[in-house]
Amino acid sequence: MKNRSLVSINDYTKKEWISLLDLAEEFEKNPRQKILENYVVATLFFEPSTRTRLSFESAATRLGAKIVGFTDSSSSSIKKGESLNDTILTVSNYSDIIVMRHPREGSARFASEISPIPIINAGDGANQHPTQTLLDLYSIRKTQGTLDNLNIVFIGDLKYGRTVHSLVIALCEFNTTFHLVSPFELKLPSHIKQHIKNNNLKYYQYTELNEVIPKADILYMTRIQKERFLDPIEYEKVKNAYVLKNSMLEKAKDNLKILHPLPRVNEITIDVDANPKAYYFQQALNGVYVRQALLASILGIK
Amino acid sequence: MSKIRKELKVSAIENGTVIDHIPTKSVFQVIRILNLNNIENQVLFSTNLDSKKYGKKGLIKVSGKYFKSEEVNKIALVAPTATLIEIKDYKVRLKKSVEIPKQIFKFVKCVNPNCITNYENITTKFDVSIEDNGDIKLWCKYCDKYTAKDNIVFI
Repeated sequence: MKNRSLVSINDYTKKEWISLLDLAEEFEKNPRQKILENYVVATLFFEPSTRTRLSFESAATRLGAKIVGFTDSSSSSIKKGESLNDTILTVSNYSDIIVMRHPREGSARFASEISPIPIINAGDGANQHPTQTLLDLYSIRKTQGTLDNLNIVFIGDLKYGRTVHSLVIALCEFNTTFHLVSPFELKLPSHIKQHIKNNNLKYYQYTELNEVIPKADILYMTRIQKERFLDPIEYEKVKNAYVLKNSMLEKAKDNLKILHPLPRVNEITIDVDANPKAYYFQQALNGVYVRQALLASILGIK
Repeated sequence: MSKIRKELKVSAIENGTVIDHIPTKSVFQVIRILNLNNIENQVLFSTNLDSKKYGKKGLIKVSGKYFKSEEVNKIALVAPTATLIEIKDYKVRLKKSVEIPKQIFKFVKCVNPNCITNYENITTKFDVSIEDNGDIKLWCKYCDKYTAKDNIVFI
Protein backbone atom coordinates (compact mmCIF):
# COMPACT_ATOMS: atom_id res chain seq x y z
CA MET A 1 0.00 0.00 0.00
CA LYS A 2 3.06 2.24 0.25
CA ASN A 3 2.43 5.57 -1.49
CA ARG A 4 -0.89 4.36 -2.89
CA SER A 5 -3.95 6.58 -2.62
CA LEU A 6 -7.18 5.22 -1.16
CA VAL A 7 -10.10 6.81 -3.00
CA SER A 8 -12.54 3.91 -3.22
CA ILE A 9 -12.62 0.69 -1.20
CA ASN A 10 -11.94 -1.19 -4.45
CA ASP A 11 -8.56 0.50 -4.85
CA TYR A 12 -7.21 -2.07 -2.40
CA THR A 13 -7.64 -5.83 -2.56
CA LYS A 14 -9.39 -8.00 0.01
CA LYS A 15 -5.97 -9.18 1.15
CA GLU A 16 -4.92 -5.57 1.72
CA TRP A 17 -8.10 -4.82 3.71
CA ILE A 18 -7.34 -7.77 5.95
CA SER A 19 -3.74 -6.72 6.51
CA LEU A 20 -4.98 -3.22 7.43
CA LEU A 21 -7.43 -4.72 9.93
CA ASP A 22 -4.63 -6.83 11.41
CA LEU A 23 -2.44 -3.77 11.74
CA ALA A 24 -5.33 -1.82 13.30
CA GLU A 25 -5.54 -4.54 15.93
CA GLU A 26 -1.91 -3.87 16.80
CA PHE A 27 -2.67 -0.18 17.20
CA GLU A 28 -5.65 -0.97 19.39
CA LYS A 29 -3.29 -2.78 21.78
CA ASN A 30 -0.73 0.00 21.62
CA PRO A 31 -2.26 3.21 20.22
CA ARG A 32 0.52 5.63 21.21
CA GLN A 33 3.52 4.96 19.03
CA LYS A 34 5.60 7.88 17.83
CA ILE A 35 6.37 6.33 14.48
CA LEU A 36 5.28 9.29 12.34
CA GLU A 37 7.24 11.98 14.18
CA ASN A 38 8.95 13.25 11.05
CA TYR A 39 5.79 13.34 8.97
CA VAL A 40 3.25 16.00 8.11
CA VAL A 41 -0.34 14.96 7.47
CA ALA A 42 -2.54 17.49 5.64
CA THR A 43 -6.25 17.35 6.46
CA LEU A 44 -8.14 19.31 3.81
CA PHE A 45 -11.79 19.55 4.74
CA PHE A 46 -13.51 21.47 1.97
CA GLU A 47 -16.73 20.83 3.87
CA PRO A 48 -17.02 20.42 7.61
CA SER A 49 -17.05 16.95 9.15
CA THR A 50 -16.40 16.78 12.84
CA ARG A 51 -16.12 13.05 13.44
CA THR A 52 -14.08 12.04 10.45
CA ARG A 53 -11.64 14.93 10.81
CA LEU A 54 -11.15 14.48 14.54
CA SER A 55 -10.69 10.76 14.07
CA PHE A 56 -7.97 11.27 11.46
CA GLU A 57 -6.29 14.00 13.48
CA SER A 58 -6.40 11.85 16.59
CA ALA A 59 -4.89 8.93 14.66
CA ALA A 60 -2.11 11.09 13.24
CA THR A 61 -1.40 12.83 16.57
CA ARG A 62 -1.17 9.54 18.47
CA LEU A 63 1.46 8.46 15.98
CA GLY A 64 3.41 11.67 16.51
CA ALA A 65 2.71 13.29 13.13
CA LYS A 66 2.18 17.01 12.67
CA ILE A 67 -1.09 18.17 11.14
CA VAL A 68 -1.67 21.04 8.72
CA GLY A 69 -4.89 21.88 6.96
CA PHE A 70 -8.22 23.60 7.13
CA THR A 71 -11.60 22.65 8.53
CA ASP A 72 -13.83 24.24 5.95
CA SER A 73 -13.22 25.96 2.67
CA SER A 74 -14.37 29.40 3.83
CA SER A 75 -11.14 29.73 5.79
CA SER A 76 -8.90 28.85 2.85
CA SER A 77 -7.90 30.21 -0.53
CA ILE A 78 -10.75 28.27 -2.16
CA LYS A 79 -12.85 31.22 -1.15
CA LYS A 80 -10.60 33.37 -3.32
CA GLY A 81 -11.40 31.11 -6.26
CA GLU A 82 -8.45 28.73 -6.20
CA SER A 83 -9.01 25.52 -8.15
CA LEU A 84 -8.83 22.09 -6.52
CA ASN A 85 -5.90 21.35 -8.81
CA ASP A 86 -3.89 24.28 -7.42
CA THR A 87 -4.82 23.60 -3.80
CA ILE A 88 -3.68 19.98 -4.05
CA LEU A 89 -0.44 20.81 -5.84
CA THR A 90 0.38 23.53 -3.31
CA VAL A 91 -0.45 21.50 -0.21
CA SER A 92 1.51 18.53 -1.55
CA ASN A 93 4.62 20.71 -1.13
CA TYR A 94 3.95 21.05 2.57
CA SER A 95 2.97 17.52 3.56
CA ASP A 96 3.61 13.80 3.09
CA ILE A 97 0.02 12.64 2.71
CA ILE A 98 -3.31 14.39 2.15
CA VAL A 99 -6.57 13.42 3.82
CA MET A 100 -9.42 15.20 2.05
CA ARG A 101 -13.14 15.62 2.24
CA HIS A 102 -14.86 17.49 -0.55
CA PRO A 103 -18.55 18.08 -1.40
CA ARG A 104 -18.11 17.17 -5.09
CA GLU A 105 -18.19 13.56 -6.23
CA GLY A 106 -15.02 12.41 -7.95
CA SER A 107 -12.89 15.14 -6.34
CA ALA A 108 -10.68 12.66 -4.50
CA ARG A 109 -10.11 10.57 -7.63
CA PHE A 110 -9.09 13.71 -9.49
CA ALA A 111 -6.80 14.78 -6.64
CA SER A 112 -5.15 11.34 -6.62
CA GLU A 113 -4.39 11.69 -10.32
CA ILE A 114 -2.61 15.02 -10.03
CA SER A 115 -1.06 14.77 -6.57
CA PRO A 116 2.58 13.73 -6.20
CA ILE A 117 1.79 12.46 -2.68
CA PRO A 118 -0.87 9.90 -1.69
CA ILE A 119 -4.49 10.93 -1.07
CA ILE A 120 -6.89 9.38 1.43
CA ASN A 121 -10.51 10.06 0.57
CA ALA A 122 -12.43 11.06 3.69
CA GLY A 123 -15.65 11.43 1.70
CA ASP A 124 -16.42 12.93 -1.72
CA GLY A 125 -20.05 14.04 -1.80
CA ALA A 126 -22.40 11.07 -1.80
CA ASN A 127 -19.83 8.93 -3.56
CA GLN A 128 -17.15 7.13 -1.49
CA HIS A 129 -15.96 7.00 2.10
CA PRO A 130 -13.57 4.04 2.18
CA THR A 131 -12.15 4.55 5.67
CA GLN A 132 -15.68 4.25 7.09
CA THR A 133 -15.98 0.91 5.29
CA LEU A 134 -12.69 -0.29 6.75
CA LEU A 135 -13.71 0.66 10.28
CA ASP A 136 -17.08 -1.03 9.75
CA LEU A 137 -15.29 -4.22 8.65
CA TYR A 138 -13.00 -3.92 11.66
CA SER A 139 -15.96 -3.55 14.01
CA ILE A 140 -17.78 -6.51 12.48
CA ARG A 141 -14.72 -8.75 12.65
CA LYS A 142 -13.92 -7.69 16.18
CA THR A 143 -17.42 -8.34 17.52
CA GLN A 144 -18.15 -11.52 15.56
CA GLY A 145 -14.64 -13.01 15.43
CA THR A 146 -14.99 -13.35 11.66
CA LEU A 147 -16.18 -11.55 8.55
CA ASP A 148 -17.39 -14.70 6.83
CA ASN A 149 -20.92 -16.11 6.49
CA LEU A 150 -22.71 -13.47 8.57
CA ASN A 151 -26.31 -12.23 8.43
CA ILE A 152 -26.06 -8.48 8.12
CA VAL A 153 -29.13 -6.28 8.32
CA PHE A 154 -29.03 -2.79 6.80
CA ILE A 155 -31.75 -0.43 7.97
CA GLY A 156 -32.95 3.01 6.90
CA ASP A 157 -31.76 5.03 3.93
CA LEU A 158 -30.18 2.43 1.68
CA LYS A 159 -30.54 4.56 -1.42
CA TYR A 160 -28.38 7.56 -0.60
CA GLY A 161 -26.23 6.20 2.22
CA ARG A 162 -22.73 5.95 0.78
CA THR A 163 -21.49 4.02 3.82
CA VAL A 164 -24.10 1.35 3.09
CA HIS A 165 -23.11 1.08 -0.59
CA SER A 166 -19.38 0.69 0.06
CA LEU A 167 -19.93 -1.76 2.93
CA VAL A 168 -22.31 -3.92 0.87
CA ILE A 169 -19.76 -4.06 -1.94
CA ALA A 170 -16.98 -5.00 0.49
CA LEU A 171 -19.10 -7.64 2.26
CA CYS A 172 -19.76 -9.34 -1.07
CA GLU A 173 -16.23 -10.75 -0.62
CA PHE A 174 -17.23 -12.54 2.60
CA ASN A 175 -20.24 -14.70 1.72
CA THR A 176 -22.60 -12.38 3.56
CA THR A 177 -26.39 -12.85 3.61
CA PHE A 178 -27.92 -9.41 3.21
CA HIS A 179 -31.17 -8.26 4.80
CA LEU A 180 -32.23 -4.87 3.47
CA VAL A 181 -34.83 -2.94 5.45
CA SER A 182 -35.98 0.39 4.06
CA PRO A 183 -39.00 2.36 2.91
CA PHE A 184 -39.78 1.68 -0.73
CA GLU A 185 -38.45 5.12 -1.75
CA LEU A 186 -35.05 4.45 -0.20
CA LYS A 187 -34.30 0.93 -1.44
CA LEU A 188 -30.76 -0.16 -2.24
CA PRO A 189 -30.00 0.97 -5.83
CA SER A 190 -29.94 -1.73 -8.47
CA HIS A 191 -26.29 -1.17 -9.40
CA ILE A 192 -25.31 -2.06 -5.82
CA LYS A 193 -27.65 -5.07 -5.77
CA GLN A 194 -25.94 -6.17 -8.95
CA HIS A 195 -22.73 -6.73 -6.93
CA ILE A 196 -24.65 -9.08 -4.61
CA LYS A 197 -26.12 -10.93 -7.58
CA ASN A 198 -22.77 -11.18 -9.36
CA ASN A 199 -21.37 -12.93 -6.30
CA ASN A 200 -24.37 -15.32 -6.09
CA LEU A 201 -25.17 -14.18 -2.56
CA LYS A 202 -28.58 -14.12 -0.93
CA TYR A 203 -30.42 -10.92 -0.17
CA TYR A 204 -33.85 -10.23 1.25
CA GLN A 205 -35.76 -6.95 1.21
CA TYR A 206 -38.16 -5.83 3.90
CA THR A 207 -40.21 -2.77 4.72
CA GLU A 208 -40.73 -3.87 8.35
CA LEU A 209 -37.92 -3.93 10.88
CA ASN A 210 -39.29 -6.26 13.56
CA GLU A 211 -39.37 -9.61 11.79
CA VAL A 212 -35.72 -9.50 10.75
CA ILE A 213 -34.08 -8.72 14.11
CA PRO A 214 -33.87 -12.36 15.35
CA LYS A 215 -31.90 -13.32 12.21
CA ALA A 216 -29.24 -10.65 12.57
CA ASP A 217 -25.58 -10.90 13.55
CA ILE A 218 -25.16 -7.19 12.82
CA LEU A 219 -27.78 -4.43 12.65
CA TYR A 220 -26.39 -1.57 10.60
CA MET A 221 -28.61 1.44 11.29
CA THR A 222 -28.66 4.60 9.18
CA ARG A 223 -30.39 7.92 9.42
CA ILE A 224 -33.38 8.70 7.21
CA GLN A 225 -33.10 12.32 6.14
CA LYS A 226 -36.20 14.39 5.62
CA GLU A 227 -34.71 16.15 2.61
CA ARG A 228 -34.58 12.85 0.70
CA PHE A 229 -38.36 12.87 0.31
CA LEU A 230 -40.09 14.90 -2.38
CA ASP A 231 -43.33 14.57 -0.49
CA PRO A 232 -43.06 15.55 3.21
CA ILE A 233 -46.12 13.41 4.01
CA GLU A 234 -44.20 10.33 2.87
CA TYR A 235 -41.44 11.21 5.32
CA GLU A 236 -43.90 11.57 8.17
CA LYS A 237 -45.29 8.13 7.35
CA VAL A 238 -41.94 6.33 7.45
CA LYS A 239 -39.90 8.30 9.98
CA ASN A 240 -41.01 6.24 12.94
CA ALA A 241 -41.07 2.89 11.18
CA TYR A 242 -37.30 2.49 11.25
CA VAL A 243 -36.52 3.44 14.82
CA LEU A 244 -34.75 0.83 16.93
CA LYS A 245 -35.96 0.61 20.53
CA ASN A 246 -34.48 -1.50 23.31
CA SER A 247 -37.70 -3.50 23.67
CA MET A 248 -37.31 -4.73 20.09
CA LEU A 249 -34.06 -6.53 20.93
CA GLU A 250 -35.57 -9.19 23.20
CA LYS A 251 -35.50 -11.90 20.55
CA ALA A 252 -32.12 -10.91 19.16
CA LYS A 253 -29.20 -13.34 18.97
CA ASP A 254 -26.62 -13.18 21.76
CA ASN A 255 -23.86 -12.18 19.39
CA LEU A 256 -25.86 -9.32 17.82
CA LYS A 257 -24.16 -5.93 17.69
CA ILE A 258 -25.70 -2.64 16.56
CA LEU A 259 -23.60 -0.41 14.32
CA HIS A 260 -24.30 3.12 13.11
CA PRO A 261 -21.95 5.41 11.14
CA LEU A 262 -23.16 8.36 13.28
CA PRO A 263 -24.42 11.04 13.69
CA ARG A 264 -27.52 9.49 15.18
CA VAL A 265 -30.65 11.58 15.43
CA ASN A 266 -33.62 9.55 16.65
CA GLU A 267 -33.32 6.25 14.78
CA ILE A 268 -31.86 4.49 17.82
CA THR A 269 -33.57 5.43 21.06
CA ILE A 270 -31.36 6.39 24.01
CA ASP A 271 -32.43 3.32 26.01
CA VAL A 272 -30.50 1.12 23.55
CA ASP A 273 -27.20 2.78 24.53
CA ALA A 274 -27.00 0.88 27.81
CA ASN A 275 -27.64 -2.46 26.09
CA PRO A 276 -24.36 -4.39 25.61
CA LYS A 277 -25.45 -4.96 22.03
CA ALA A 278 -24.99 -1.25 21.26
CA TYR A 279 -21.60 -0.85 19.63
CA TYR A 280 -21.73 2.46 17.74
CA PHE A 281 -19.50 4.52 20.00
CA GLN A 282 -16.90 1.75 20.17
CA GLN A 283 -17.22 1.61 16.37
CA ALA A 284 -16.23 5.29 16.19
CA LEU A 285 -13.19 4.59 18.37
CA ASN A 286 -12.20 1.74 16.07
CA GLY A 287 -11.99 4.35 13.33
CA VAL A 288 -8.93 5.81 15.02
CA TYR A 289 -7.06 2.47 14.97
CA VAL A 290 -8.00 1.79 11.36
CA ARG A 291 -6.84 5.27 10.32
CA GLN A 292 -3.59 4.77 12.22
CA ALA A 293 -3.07 1.54 10.28
CA LEU A 294 -3.83 3.29 7.03
CA LEU A 295 -1.49 6.25 7.63
CA ALA A 296 1.34 3.96 8.73
CA SER A 297 0.85 1.61 5.76
CA ILE A 298 0.62 4.28 3.09
CA LEU A 299 3.61 6.16 4.49
CA GLY A 300 5.50 2.86 4.42
CA ILE A 301 6.30 2.72 8.14
CA LYS A 302 4.41 -0.53 8.87
CA MET B 1 -33.73 10.57 -63.43
CA SER B 2 -33.46 10.20 -59.71
CA LYS B 3 -29.94 8.84 -60.11
CA ILE B 4 -28.75 12.05 -61.80
CA ARG B 5 -30.25 14.21 -59.10
CA LYS B 6 -28.49 12.20 -56.46
CA GLU B 7 -25.13 12.67 -58.13
CA LEU B 8 -25.67 16.39 -58.30
CA LYS B 9 -26.41 16.56 -54.60
CA VAL B 10 -23.41 14.52 -53.59
CA SER B 11 -20.51 15.60 -55.73
CA ALA B 12 -17.40 13.45 -55.69
CA ILE B 13 -14.19 14.44 -53.91
CA GLU B 14 -10.71 13.70 -55.15
CA ASN B 15 -9.07 12.85 -51.84
CA GLY B 16 -10.58 12.67 -48.40
CA THR B 17 -13.24 10.97 -46.32
CA VAL B 18 -16.94 10.41 -46.76
CA ILE B 19 -18.94 9.62 -43.66
CA ASP B 20 -22.12 7.98 -44.86
CA HIS B 21 -25.27 6.61 -43.23
CA ILE B 22 -25.32 9.17 -40.43
CA PRO B 23 -28.75 9.41 -38.78
CA THR B 24 -30.00 12.64 -40.25
CA LYS B 25 -30.60 14.33 -36.91
CA SER B 26 -27.01 13.62 -35.83
CA VAL B 27 -25.17 15.34 -38.68
CA PHE B 28 -24.49 18.54 -36.77
CA GLN B 29 -23.38 16.63 -33.68
CA VAL B 30 -20.94 14.64 -35.80
CA ILE B 31 -19.56 17.89 -37.23
CA ARG B 32 -19.01 19.16 -33.71
CA ILE B 33 -17.54 15.96 -32.29
CA LEU B 34 -15.02 15.73 -35.13
CA ASN B 35 -14.38 19.46 -34.83
CA LEU B 36 -15.14 19.94 -38.52
CA ASN B 37 -16.41 23.46 -37.85
CA ASN B 38 -12.87 24.54 -37.00
CA ILE B 39 -10.77 23.06 -39.78
CA GLU B 40 -9.44 24.61 -42.98
CA ASN B 41 -10.48 21.71 -45.23
CA GLN B 42 -13.50 21.81 -47.47
CA VAL B 43 -16.46 20.19 -45.74
CA LEU B 44 -19.70 19.31 -47.49
CA PHE B 45 -22.65 17.96 -45.62
CA SER B 46 -26.17 16.86 -46.42
CA THR B 47 -29.17 15.93 -44.37
CA ASN B 48 -32.39 14.12 -45.24
CA LEU B 49 -30.97 12.25 -48.21
CA ASP B 50 -32.96 9.21 -49.33
CA SER B 51 -31.57 5.97 -48.03
CA LYS B 52 -32.76 2.52 -49.06
CA LYS B 53 -31.62 1.09 -45.77
CA TYR B 54 -32.65 3.78 -43.26
CA GLY B 55 -35.26 5.90 -45.07
CA LYS B 56 -33.40 9.16 -44.47
CA LYS B 57 -29.72 9.67 -43.85
CA GLY B 58 -27.07 12.31 -43.50
CA LEU B 59 -23.67 12.45 -45.13
CA ILE B 60 -20.47 14.45 -44.64
CA LYS B 61 -17.53 14.78 -47.01
CA VAL B 62 -14.23 16.15 -45.85
CA SER B 63 -11.63 16.91 -48.53
CA GLY B 64 -7.99 16.14 -47.94
CA LYS B 65 -8.47 14.54 -44.53
CA TYR B 66 -8.33 11.00 -43.19
CA PHE B 67 -9.39 10.17 -39.66
CA LYS B 68 -7.75 7.94 -37.10
CA SER B 69 -10.04 5.13 -35.91
CA GLU B 70 -10.21 6.39 -32.33
CA GLU B 71 -11.19 9.82 -33.60
CA VAL B 72 -13.98 8.51 -35.75
CA ASN B 73 -15.20 6.00 -33.20
CA LYS B 74 -16.27 8.91 -31.02
CA ILE B 75 -19.18 9.49 -33.37
CA ALA B 76 -20.47 5.98 -32.67
CA LEU B 77 -22.34 7.47 -29.70
CA VAL B 78 -24.61 9.51 -31.97
CA ALA B 79 -24.17 7.72 -35.28
CA PRO B 80 -23.68 4.00 -34.66
CA THR B 81 -24.80 3.18 -38.21
CA ALA B 82 -22.22 5.44 -39.88
CA THR B 83 -19.80 4.09 -42.44
CA LEU B 84 -16.50 5.65 -43.30
CA ILE B 85 -15.26 5.73 -46.87
CA GLU B 86 -11.75 6.88 -47.64
CA ILE B 87 -11.26 8.30 -51.14
CA LYS B 88 -7.93 8.51 -52.95
CA ASP B 89 -7.82 9.83 -56.55
CA TYR B 90 -11.62 9.61 -56.76
CA LYS B 91 -11.49 5.90 -55.88
CA VAL B 92 -12.63 4.15 -52.74
CA ARG B 93 -9.52 3.14 -50.83
CA LEU B 94 -11.17 1.82 -47.67
CA LYS B 95 -14.67 1.32 -46.35
CA LYS B 96 -15.46 0.54 -42.74
CA SER B 97 -18.14 0.88 -40.07
CA VAL B 98 -17.63 2.88 -36.90
CA GLU B 99 -17.09 0.91 -33.71
CA ILE B 100 -18.27 1.87 -30.26
CA PRO B 101 -15.14 2.78 -28.28
CA LYS B 102 -14.36 1.21 -24.89
CA GLN B 103 -13.50 4.57 -23.36
CA ILE B 104 -14.45 8.14 -24.07
CA PHE B 105 -12.43 11.18 -23.16
CA LYS B 106 -13.12 14.86 -23.19
CA PHE B 107 -16.18 15.50 -25.32
CA VAL B 108 -19.07 14.23 -23.18
CA LYS B 109 -20.35 15.92 -20.03
CA CYS B 110 -21.07 13.88 -16.90
CA VAL B 111 -24.80 13.91 -16.14
CA ASN B 112 -24.20 14.08 -12.37
CA PRO B 113 -24.62 17.75 -11.42
CA ASN B 114 -22.40 17.19 -8.39
CA CYS B 115 -19.54 15.60 -10.34
CA ILE B 116 -16.23 17.41 -9.90
CA THR B 117 -15.76 17.46 -13.70
CA ASN B 118 -18.65 19.93 -13.91
CA TYR B 119 -16.88 22.38 -11.59
CA GLU B 120 -13.18 22.18 -12.37
CA ASN B 121 -11.26 22.20 -15.61
CA ILE B 122 -10.99 18.41 -15.85
CA THR B 123 -11.03 16.19 -18.92
CA THR B 124 -13.99 13.83 -18.53
CA LYS B 125 -13.31 10.09 -18.74
CA PHE B 126 -15.92 7.39 -19.21
CA ASP B 127 -15.95 3.63 -19.66
CA VAL B 128 -18.52 2.64 -22.24
CA SER B 129 -20.85 -0.26 -21.55
CA ILE B 130 -23.69 -1.62 -23.60
CA GLU B 131 -26.93 -2.56 -21.88
CA ASP B 132 -28.99 -5.64 -22.62
CA ASN B 133 -31.27 -3.63 -24.91
CA GLY B 134 -28.26 -2.38 -26.90
CA ASP B 135 -28.23 1.13 -25.46
CA ILE B 136 -24.95 2.75 -24.59
CA LYS B 137 -24.19 3.74 -21.01
CA LEU B 138 -21.20 5.80 -19.86
CA TRP B 139 -19.58 5.26 -16.48
CA CYS B 140 -17.79 8.33 -15.11
CA LYS B 141 -14.32 7.39 -13.84
CA TYR B 142 -14.49 10.24 -11.33
CA CYS B 143 -17.90 10.19 -9.66
CA ASP B 144 -18.81 6.53 -10.39
CA LYS B 145 -22.19 7.51 -11.86
CA TYR B 146 -23.72 6.34 -15.11
CA THR B 147 -24.75 8.67 -17.91
CA ALA B 148 -27.45 6.99 -19.98
CA LYS B 149 -27.66 7.42 -23.73
CA ASP B 150 -30.55 9.88 -23.56
CA ASN B 151 -28.64 12.11 -21.14
CA ILE B 152 -25.47 12.41 -23.17
CA VAL B 153 -24.50 16.05 -23.63
CA PHE B 154 -21.52 16.93 -25.77
CA ILE B 155 -19.06 19.50 -24.51
